[in-house]
Amino acid sequence: MELQLSQEEESFRQEARAWLQEQLNGPFKDLRGRGASGDQDTYVEERIAWGKVMGAAGWNCIGWPKAFGGRGCTIKEEAVFNEEYVRANGPGNVGHIGETLLGPTLIHFGTQAQRERFLPPIVSGDEIWCQGYSEPGAGSDLANVQTKATLVGGEWVIEGQKIWTSGAQYSDWCFVLCRTDSDAPKHRGISYILVPMKQDGIDVRPIKQMGGSAEFAEVFFDGAKAASDHVVGGVNNGWKVAMGTLAFERGASTLGQQYLFQKEFEQIVEVAKRTGASKDPIFRQRIAAAWIGLKNMRVNALRTLEHEGADLSREALISKLYWSNWHRDLGKLAMDLLGPEAELIEGPPYELTALQKWYLFSRADTIYAGSNQIQRNIIGERGLGLPKEPR
Amino acid sequence: MEFSFSEAQDELRRAARRFLEVASSEERVRAAMETERGYDRGAWTQLSEELAWTALTIPEELGGLGMSYLDLHPLMEEMGRVLLCAPYFSTICLGANALMLGGSTEQQERHLPGIAAGELTATLAYSERNNRTDADGVETSYSWVGTECVLSGQKYYVLDGHTADLLIVAARAKGSSGTEGVSLFLVPRDAAGMNCSWLPSMDQTRRLASVNLDGVRVSSDALLGKEGSGWDLCERTLDLARIALAAEQVGAAEMCLDMSVEYAKVRKQFGRPIGSFQAIKHKCADMLTMIESARSAAFYASALAAQGEEDLSEAASSAKAFCSDTFFHCAAENIQIHGGIGFTWEHPAHLYFKRAKASEVLFGAPSFHRERVAQRLEL
Repeated sequence: MELQLSQEEESFRQEARAWLQEQLNGPFKDLRGRGASGDQDTYVEERIAWGKVMGAAGWNCIGWPKAFGGRGCTIKEEAVFNEEYVRANGPGNVGHIGETLLGPTLIHFGTQAQRERFLPPIVSGDEIWCQGYSEPGAGSDLANVQTKATLVGGEWVIEGQKIWTSGAQYSDWCFVLCRTDSDAPKHRGISYILVPMKQDGIDVRPIKQMGGSAEFAEVFFDGAKAASDHVVGGVNNGWKVAMGTLAFERGASTLGQQYLFQKEFEQIVEVAKRTGASKDPIFRQRIAAAWIGLKNMRVNALRTLEHEGADLSREALISKLYWSNWHRDLGKLAMDLLGPEAELIEGPPYELTALQKWYLFSRADTIYAGSNQIQRNIIGERGLGLPKEPR
Repeated sequence: MEFSFSEAQDELRRAARRFLEVASSEERVRAAMETERGYDRGAWTQLSEELAWTALTIPEELGGLGMSYLDLHPLMEEMGRVLLCAPYFSTICLGANALMLGGSTEQQERHLPGIAAGELTATLAYSERNNRTDADGVETSYSWVGTECVLSGQKYYVLDGHTADLLIVAARAKGSSGTEGVSLFLVPRDAAGMNCSWLPSMDQTRRLASVNLDGVRVSSDALLGKEGSGWDLCERTLDLARIALAAEQVGAAEMCLDMSVEYAKVRKQFGRPIGSFQAIKHKCADMLTMIESARSAAFYASALAAQGEEDLSEAASSAKAFCSDTFFHCAAENIQIHGGIGFTWEHPAHLYFKRAKASEVLFGAPSFHRERVAQRLEL
């Protein structure tokens, strides 16, 4: 079941495959498969170096317009590249927040000066970004952000706290949702500010996750500074900018993600055969159901990629909810198949097996990037036109 | 393979919806439900003669339009949407498919033009009272007497078996077992010794029948396909039927969602539409998530069939398992979202709920199909 490719798209695939093969069998072979979910805090420096090599060879930000340093690739080509990347066991991309969130936001809402300052180092892999959205009191209710920015002497001074900030430990910049007007209704007093991370007013404290690794962090802002013209989309207009960012995901990463899921599924089948669980009628049902779900996701993705028109199609809207539940169920199935062996870790102090890592990490899948509950609100309201919750 | 419907397929869907809104309105469905025949002859004549739907998948040289199985897909979705009561599914997805897959030129020339014109209805009689979906379920037997074949036994759960003009009957050679020894026979409705009668069922929108064969004699040209290889033909026919049924289930599930959403927007409690409550909104979101995924499963299977892929078992079973679960889930949630009114005879929700269960158990329940997928995965 493959995407239909034109001759140019097919040669694009070959080009990507050849380059990735060469790099990941050569100078970067130690990075293969590292830095995935549950393993994001490993090989960070090496992965930053890898991002620069990708950039120099023109493989970062390939979906951006050429005018902004991208390749102007179509969504199909992006999907193909992502698939090849995963196929080649490419490491977790530390630059993905800049590439997929900040870059498109600046292209859409930024000033010319902001684009010129910030886009080139994202393309080259020289600057790493993190996302300053969630706060202790602003999770699903994102508009409740309390981190405050005030203009003092021609620059922004920021006070407050962000949390669950992935990659804050090694990022150079953060786009921070700040309250800039406390008197306005809560959606209207927010600004989207670009803040350098390496400064005195910022304290990053990694948070250890249930799997033992620390991929996200708390970020404390205590008099942190940002330039006055580093507000995106205008002062007090940050909510609109943040919501716009959500619409940029059009499914380019789905094929790569499915390739990863496919490999996990294959591991599960191996486990089932090894433990003899594959002869159990109930496990057979569950494994078959997982396989059916995996294929459904693939067709959903292929339908999304072939959908023409500016609107997000219904099969795109359900994507996050469907894959995250599927993946969480697969993690549980893996442990169930192992029986008592599910408990044995790789070794002390707390080195988990690969299956244990994704079993635990998949519990986050249904929470981050819009929890299941938020996804269902979005599907209900945007997909089905149901009335909003009174607020 | 392309993963979107063509413009022509979208147009067929729109035309079908316009026609079926009238020809298969709730009122007409309820009227058909009350009859033993189980369908509206006027609507049947219109859809076969005026719209040529019966001709759609039949080759042009046999009086059809020679369109693909993927072209049929939107039509099946639309038929499911309105619970069309008609012998279309049995005639086209069982009868015509079996003839196209296994019929000799002579057999195809004799029967397919009539089916295309809407003059002949047909069905497949493979299942029996033992409730099995595999070859061992075929207990009806045949034996040769000279150049004639004598069939004896009882077929059960035969779709539209009491009205079909032509029955394709699965029987096994006496003494054989498993997939060996099963053959299919074309038996005309008026054959001496064959007695077809309606089996009243919980779902009143689709008719089941029992077929008693008491020494029914047919000549050797009644044999469909090679003697002894009938189970393979039966299975391939069933897989095509499962794919069409899956598409039908998607359409019906989507209708359940549309009913729910519409109601949730207008029904007010605590001073606001119930659709603004997450308890209802999230149910609807889950329904949509299942429906779009079910559509993907059915679409993929239809597209494979349209490509002429010979072994459709995995795709058909995946689609049938997932679409069955989806339709049942949506039909059940539709009742819950409607509350008391959804539980009444007057409201159409129960018609969908009943069709959902009937479709779920037809041609193998989801667990049967998941096991079949498990075998394909070599577990």
